[in-house]
Amino acid sequence: MNTPTESGVAPRQETLRAWLLSDTPTSRKQAKLAALYRAWLSFRSNPMAMLGLIILMLLVGTAAFAPLLATHDPFAQDLAKRLSAPGVNGYILGSDTLGRDILSRLIYGARITLYIVTLVALLAPIVGLLVGTLAGYMGGWTNLILMRITDIFLAFPRLILALAFVSALGAGIENAVLAIVLTAWPPYARIARAETLTIRNSDFISAVKLQGAGAMRIITRHIWPLCISSLVIRVTLDMAGIILTAAGLGFLGLGAQPPSPEWGAMISAGRKFILDHWWVATMPGLAIFAVSLAFNLLGDGLRDVLDPKSKS
Amino acid sequence: MNYGIDLKDVSVWFGEGSERVDAVRHASFTVPEGGSFGLVGESGSGKSTILKAITGLAENWQGSITILGNQLGKTRSNQFYKSVQMVFQDPYASLHPRYTVDQVLSESLSLNTFDNIDQRIVAALDDVGLGQSFRFRYPHQLSGGQRQRVAIARALVLEPSILLLDEPTSALDVSVQAEILNLLTDLRQEHDLTYLMVSHDLAVVGHMCSNVGVMNSGEIVEILSIEDLRERKTNHPYTRQLLEASV
Amino acid sequence: MTDTLLRVDNLTVSFPTRTGVFEAVRDISFSLGRERLGIVGESGSGKSMTGRSILRLIQKPGLIDAKQISLHGENLLEFSEKDMRKVRGHRISMIMQDPKFSLNPVMKIGDQITEGYRLHKKISKAEARTASLEMLDAVLIRDPERVYNAYPHEMSGGMGQRIMIAMMLIPGPEILIADEPTSALDVTVQKEVLEIMDRLVRERGMGLIFISHDLQLVSAFCDRILIMYGGRIVETCRADRLQDATHPYTRGLLNSMPQLAYPRPHLEVLARDDAWRDQPSVSGHLEASDVP
Repeated sequence: MNTPTESGVAPRQETLRAWLLSDTPTSRKQAKLAALYRAWLSFRSNPMAMLGLIILMLLVGTAAFAPLLATHDPFAQDLAKRLSAPGVNGYILGSDTLGRDILSRLIYGARITLYIVTLVALLAPIVGLLVGTLAGYMGGWTNLILMRITDIFLAFPRLILALAFVSALGAGIENAVLAIVLTAWPPYARIARAETLTIRNSDFISAVKLQGAGAMRIITRHIWPLCISSLVIRVTLDMAGIILTAAGLGFLGLGAQPPSPEWGAMISAGRKFILDHWWVATMPGLAIFAVSLAFNLLGDGLRDVLDPKSKS
Repeated sequence: MNYGIDLKDVSVWFGEGSERVDAVRHASFTVPEGGSFGLVGESGSGKSTILKAITGLAENWQGSITILGNQLGKTRSNQFYKSVQMVFQDPYASLHPRYTVDQVLSESLSLNTFDNIDQRIVAALDDVGLGQSFRFRYPHQLSGGQRQRVAIARALVLEPSILLLDEPTSALDVSVQAEILNLLTDLRQEHDLTYLMVSHDLAVVGHMCSNVGVMNSGEIVEILSIEDLRERKTNHPYTRQLLEASV
Repeated sequence: MTDTLLRVDNLTVSFPTRTGVFEAVRDISFSLGRERLGIVGESGSGKSMTGRSILRLIQKPGLIDAKQISLHGENLLEFSEKDMRKVRGHRISMIMQDPKFSLNPVMKIGDQITEGYRLHKKISKAEARTASLEMLDAVLIRDPERVYNAYPHEMSGGMGQRIMIAMMLIPGPEILIADEPTSALDVTVQKEVLEIMDRLVRERGMGLIFISHDLQLVSAFCDRILIMYGGRIVETCRADRLQDATHPYTRGLLNSMPQLAYPRPHLEVLARDDAWRDQPSVSGHLEASDVP
C-alpha cells in the first residue's frame, strides 16, 4: 500500500481513494481534501439529493450549450405555424402564440433562470452573513441598529418593492433581481445572528480570544465557517421560492421584458390559451417545477451532510 | 515577594441592578511562582468565574489581580497571553470543529509573531504525547483525551509561565484522566509552570496541588494546605461537609 | 435477596453502521435479586445500553438479541409493545442522568407525577394527588404542596432528581434502573439523593440496577458489582470486596484513580489489553456470585 509522502503529495490513482480516506493525513491539503471527499461520499449515498444535483447540472449544461441544443432560433417567429401542438411541424414541445419554438425558448430561458439564481444566491446570503454575524458578535448598539435595519427590509413585500423599482428605474430583469435580493437577505441575517449568538459563548472562541485574536478575526475566521453551512442549506431551499418570485415578476411583466424567453413571462403569455393550447403555459411551468424541486432535494441532501448536529 | 498570582478582595458580578448576580465575593489568595493552587467547590461556587476574571473574560469585576507583579486592568495585552494560558473543561467544545490540530496551533503562534512555527508545532505535539500522525486531524477524529492534549498543547505553545486549568479532566473517563493528570504533572516540572486548578473533585485537587482554597457561594471560606486537607485538619463546616461527601 | 427478579441471558445489542455491525453489548448474562446491583464501566463499555435494553428502549436500527430477559420468569422479549408499555414505569422504572431532560418543562410537576401514576392505576385525580404528595414527602421534599404546583425549571438539580425518584417509584415497580442518577449533581447533594434512593428501595423490597462510571461511588452504595468493558462483563464481585478484584482492567481502574488519602507522584496508567475484548463475558448470575 502506498504511504503518503512527506509533503502529502497524492500518490498513484488506484490508491487515491485510500489516501483520501486515510486516518492520519500528513498535510493541510490532504486533510481538507479528505474532509471534502467524506462529505461527498455522504452526499452521494442520498439518492434524492443526487437526483436534485443531476437536474441542476442539466440546467447548467443546458444554459451553457444552449446554441448547440436549441433546435430553432428562440426569437424566430412563424405566424403560420403558431400554436402548434407538441410534435407537430417539427416543434418538439409545440410553438407559442407567435410561432416560436417552445423548446428552444425554454433552453435559452435556462440562462435567464441561472442568471437570476446566481445573482440572488451570491448577493443575499453574503449581505445577510455580514450583517448577522456583526450584529450577533458585537451586541450592544451595533446589534440594535443592524437588526432594526433588518426588520425594515423584512417588512417590505417583495412584489410591492419590485413594482416600486420598476416604476422608478424601469422594467427589466436586473431591477427585478435587485428587488428580490433586497427582500431576501433579512432572513439570512437572522440565521447568521442566531448562530453567532450560540457560537460566541463557546470555549473555542474564548480560547482564541486568549491567544490575542481580535473581533474581526474571530468573526471572519471562526464564526463564518460555522455559519456558512446553515446559510448554504437555507439558500438552496429558498431557491425554489426565488425562482417562483422571479417567474411571478415576469408573469406580471415586471421582470424580463419580451421577447426575452424568461419562463415566468412565457407562462403569462400562454395563460390565455391554457384550455385549448395547454402546452404554451404548461411547458415553462414544468421547467420551473423541475428546477424548484431539484433545489429542494439538493438542499435536503446538503442539510444531511452539513448539519453539525448530525456530525458529532 | 512577587507572587505568580495575587488576588486581593476580588468580586465578580453579572447583570445590573435587580438582576445582579454576585458570582464571586471578596476573594483573596496567592499562588507563588512555580506553585500549584487548587480552587475547590461545587457548581455555582464561583471557582470558574475567578478564572474568567483573571483572563479578562468577565466584564464586571473589582478588586486587585496581580500577575507576575503586573496589576491587571480591564483589558489584556498580548504580553499577558504569553504569560497566562488556560485549559478548558470540555474537550469537545474547546476546539473549533473546522480547524485541524495544525491550524489551531499555528494560528496561536502566528497571532503572537513566533517564528519557526513548523518546528514549534512538532515540539508541542511531542510534548503532550501526541505523535505527528495527529497533526492534520480534525477534532471529530480525536478522542476526548486526545482533544484535551491538543488543548494543553495549544496553551503551552505560547510558552506561558502560568496555566489556568478549569476542571481539565472532569469530562474524561477515569483511565484517561490519569494520563492527563500525569501529563500535567510532568509538564509542570519540565517547564517550571505555575498552576491554578479549578475542580469539584477533592481527590484530583489533592493529587495536583499543594494548597487549596475552598469556595462556597462565591466566597473562599477557607485556604489550607493539602496535607491539612488530607488529615482533615479543618474547622470549617463546609470543608468538613465536602470531605465527608467525597467517598 | 435470593429471589431472582430479573434474569438476562446472552444479551447482545448491535447497531448497523456504514463500516459494519457495531456491537455495543456482547453476549452478557446476569441476574438481579432484591439487591443493589452496580454496573460500572467507562464510556463505550455498553452499560447504558444494557439498562435500556431491559426496558426495550432501543430504537431501530439498534437490535436487541438475547436468549431471555425475564421478569419473574416472563420473557420481556416476547411481549408486544402494548404489554411492554405496561411494564415500563409500572413494574420496571428508570431514572436517568439529568432531570432537566426527563421532566416536561411546560407541565407542572404535580401533573407529571399523577399522569404517570394514573396511566397504570385506575384511581381518581384526588387519590392520585394525595399519593403524589406522600411520595414527595418520602423523598424528603420539604414543601410538597409548593413543589406539586411548581414547574421543573424552578427546581435545583438535586430536587429535580428527587422528583424523578418520586415519579418513578409511585406506581410501585419492583425494579429500578438508575442510569448515572447522580452524575450531574454536586457532591453533597449526591449523597442525599443516594440515601433516599437506598432507603426507598430497601423499604419496598425492590431490586436496583445502578449504572455508573464512578467505581468508588458504586462500591460504597451497592451490594454487588458488574464491571463492563468493550461490551462484555469482565468481572463481578461483592461491593465490599472491590479492593480484592483480580481482573487487570478493574485493578487498573482502581489504581488510576487519585485518592486524597494516598498521595502518589504519578497515577498508574491503565494499559489496555485487546485480549480483554475477546475473552467471553463473566457470568453475572446470582448463582455465580458469592453474595449470600
